[in-house]
Amino acid sequence: MSAPTDRPEDGTPTLELRGVNKSFGAIQVLHDVHMKVYPGQVTALVGDNGAGKSTLIKSIAGIHAIDSGEFLFEGKPVTVGGPREAAALGIEIVYQDLALADNLDVVQNMFLGRERKNGILLDETSMEEAARDTLSKLSVRTLKSVRQLVSSLSGGQRQTVAIAKAVLWESKLVVLDEPTAALGVAQTRQVLDLVRRLADTGHAVVFISHNMVDVFEVSDRIAALYLGRMAADVPISQVDRPQVIELITAGRSGNLGIAPADAAAVEV
Amino acid sequence: MSSTLSTPTSAQEPGGAPSGFEADRSADSFGATVRAYVDRVRGGDLGALPAILGIVVLGLLFFALRPETFLTPRNMANLADQAAPIIILAMGLVFILLLGEIDLSAGVVSGVCAAVMAKLLADAGAPWYVSVLAAIVTGVVIGLFTGSLVGMVGIPSFVVTLALFLGWQGFTLRLIGEGGTVPVRDPVISAISDKNVPVALGWVLALLTIAVYAALQLNRFRVQKARGLAHAPLAVVLVRIGVIAAVVVLVTAVLSVDRAPAVGVVLAGIPYAIPLVVLLLLLLTFVLGRTSFGRHVYAVGGNAEAARRAGINVTRIRVAVFVIGSTLAAISGIVAAARLGSVAPGSGGGNTLLYAVGAAVIGGTSLFGGRGRVRDAVLGGLVVAIIANGLGLLGTEAYLNFIITGGVLLLAASVDALARRRAAATGH
Repeated sequence: MSAPTDRPEDGTPTLELRGVNKSFGAIQVLHDVHMKVYPGQVTALVGDNGAGKSTLIKSIAGIHAIDSGEFLFEGKPVTVGGPREAAALGIEIVYQDLALADNLDVVQNMFLGRERKNGILLDETSMEEAARDTLSKLSVRTLKSVRQLVSSLSGGQRQTVAIAKAVLWESKLVVLDEPTAALGVAQTRQVLDLVRRLADTGHAVVFISHNMVDVFEVSDRIAALYLGRMAADVPISQVDRPQVIELITAGRSGNLGIAPADAAAVEV
Repeated sequence: MSSTLSTPTSAQEPGGAPSGFEADRSADSFGATVRAYVDRVRGGDLGALPAILGIVVLGLLFFALRPETFLTPRNMANLADQAAPIIILAMGLVFILLLGEIDLSAGVVSGVCAAVMAKLLADAGAPWYVSVLAAIVTGVVIGLFTGSLVGMVGIPSFVVTLALFLGWQGFTLRLIGEGGTVPVRDPVISAISDKNVPVALGWVLALLTIAVYAALQLNRFRVQKARGLAHAPLAVVLVRIGVIAAVVVLVTAVLSVDRAPAVGVVLAGIPYAIPLVVLLLLLLTFVLGRTSFGRHVYAVGGNAEAARRAGINVTRIRVAVFVIGSTLAAISGIVAAARLGSVAPGSGGGNTLLYAVGAAVIGGTSLFGGRGRVRDAVLGGLVVAIIANGLGLLGTEAYLNFIITGGVLLLAASVDALARRRAAATGH
């Protein structure tokens, strides 16, 4: 696998957020959040529990409407009114609980809700071929059969199927919510390889993780949230691990992060 | 995009040899398929095994106890008539059980629909097709009502249908009147159980069924093999065709023998109830297995949240399965009325529902949702009917009949629960 590349941030970001705010009642969860996610790159989204990662990805997914701020997709301002609109743009989210039906096989899960049909008949042949194509493109070699029931798969294989499902739909932006949580060493390896391959096949990837080893291994950029503010959104080559941990826990590190006055205001 | 695609990605895949999907690519041997099947059964996925064992063991048992009556062509025809309403009701319950729901009112709904039909025939003098249509429409409307209460209002199906179990009984009682019965004497409706398919036509239908089944199976095998898709080995496909052909030929042969009790009259041929059941089996199997609606039923039963996120309208599916369940209950009620020649206030009550739920569960449909097929209703329905039929021949008392049938249902539910636990433990 290739080391995370240090590509110049020219070109248009697939997703760009400018000054996004989001409140739930009196509680403001996201403060003036800026973020850029580039095609062909893995952007790690890090932050402590309660920093606003979930709210941020749910806003991207169209589940939460943002209060103010700009949402640009491939350079064009868009409003995402719901999960379906997000999917239509090419945004796919792989949630932590994966949302796979255990009693269906790999192909059936990948096409769930979007089955290909021949008249009223399900077009099993074409779906099986497309599922296998997608898995091959991602170099998935751990599945014995695409007709295996999902209940018989390991945690890593399930994650693989969930990710492949997201990629099947010509998605441009794939958001992965802690894909390596609760996985063993070998399975984490498989999933990280897959995350890297996603970016290498041209997808813009947002990778949420608490594991700094994983983050530094696969990411090109890193976006650190601190109490609802974007502490830093920089190429990973500009920071090291202690700095990222400082950004997560204190909101600033050296000349990076929230300005001291702001940080102090947040603390209060 | 990048060269990384072709390079080996981890130490687990030495040499970077392309692999994966090996079970799909290599044409598995017959032995491997048998071993995989044994593994599945050990892992808790029993499939049709308990039902088939039940049919064989019970068949042998009753044959040993009543050799001169049980396996006679006349009793076999009787068995088919007895099993048909149970099987049809159970087919509807399979859809409901697939979602992990239950319809305790299915039996009495069949009674309501049969009463509607009987009243129209007897009192209004309506032609048979109008009465049958009215019964089926009644089933659809009842299903919509039950489904809306479960799917839209969100009351647990157990409670909704328990309430309706009582409510619809009152409805039938009001329709027919205390202590009364409404006769069903329409020749077309009675023919479902009284008349038989002419012997020659029966054979034509039987051979046609085998030919079509074989053609479909072989064609699917050909397409899958040609396009490199996952497929069963040819030997397995051939065995499958052979078993179906043998069963169809055997049943047709037995029912084509003259079974008239008196000399001079001829009574032979397949009772019309059998083609009706086969037709419903094919239609509903098609719906569950080959349409996106069927796929969504399984998905909602397996993981409703996943189905919802995949954009499936879960409420619509919930309502739809109750409509299917009640519609089949209506058909079951019509068949039962044809068999008995009348509809009484108690029609569809008593053990009707218990038999049908038992049939679906014995056949292999899970009470926990997500697992089940339409054929389960047929196999399980035969087991239940054999018990009822055999005990009738033995002349056991009613109390014993209840205890035994209840025990069998409990046994089937235990097998289901244990299979599920085992499946969870072995990851199948």
